[in-house]
Amino acid sequence: MSEQTGAHATTGTYLRIAAILVMITLIEVGVFYVPAFQGVLVPVLLVLSAVKFTLVVMFYMHLKFDNRFFTFLFGGPLLLGLVVVVSLLLIFYGAVRLRTGM
Amino acid sequence: MAYNTDTHAVAAAHGHATFMGIDNRKMAFWAFIGSECLLFGSLIATYLVYKGRSLVGPYPHEILNIPFTSFSTFDLLMSSLAMVLALAAIQRGDMKQGKLWLFVTALLGLIFLGGQFWEFSHFVHEGLGLTTNLFGSTFYVLTGTHGAHVTIGVIWLLTLWIQALRGKLGPQNALTVEITGLYWHFVDVVWIVIFTVVYLIQ
Repeated sequence: MSEQTGAHATTGTYLRIAAILVMITLIEVGVFYVPAFQGVLVPVLLVLSAVKFTLVVMFYMHLKFDNRFFTFLFGGPLLLGLVVVVSLLLIFYGAVRLRTGM
Repeated sequence: MAYNTDTHAVAAAHGHATFMGIDNRKMAFWAFIGSECLLFGSLIATYLVYKGRSLVGPYPHEILNIPFTSFSTFDLLMSSLAMVLALAAIQRGDMKQGKLWLFVTALLGLIFLGGQFWEFSHFVHEGLGLTTNLFGSTFYVLTGTHGAHVTIGVIWLLTLWIQALRGKLGPQNALTVEITGLYWHFVDVVWIVIFTVVYLIQ
């Protein structure tokens, strides 16, 4: 009995995804060094990072092709993790504001 | 009794399909990855909460080396590519390519770990220890936890590679390789976030 795996992308798709990931990384580093982008640096970097994250999860971890239940198993805790991050930041900076009166 | 023993042995070797038709090992591993999201979410949140609150240096902008870390990021992204190529080769029964790409994945992981060791040594030399300031504490705990995960991944990959060399890994074990790949790609996506949050957003 062989182990069953789900349908996956082709080698060509894997290579294209790798090229896109490298290009996005180069853009991220480029944006970091260009002074003109300093005002929008944080949102631009977060969006680019989210695109890279999504590409790896969808194509290399095969969530795009696999059973939807895996998306739920991964997406649920991921969403919860994001809520933890945002909540901690809001609580912490809220407390700092209250303490300093700013 | 003999029947039960045989049944359990077969189940241990090949896993069970759940009522949804999903392999139980793959489902359990996705649940584990979900729990890892919470672990790294907490560590990243802690880093962000204490960001910019160090009373003494060295501060991030004085010490972080973006070109070097960009190379480490490139290295880890390429290791993810090597991992999917290894899985694809093993699925189609091309064990020669499968062994090659498994080794390349492990080697790129080792290069990443070497880079992290050099980075940590350099930071300690520059005066940034685990207890020097809030940046040091949160930085070492977050990136160190990630490094520990990479180390486990490299050991796992090398174990599979040795099994393949000994002829004990074949297309019939494609799911085992896929689960290893899930772990490795997760380590990669965590680094994608760390690279942005810690290194680029200073």
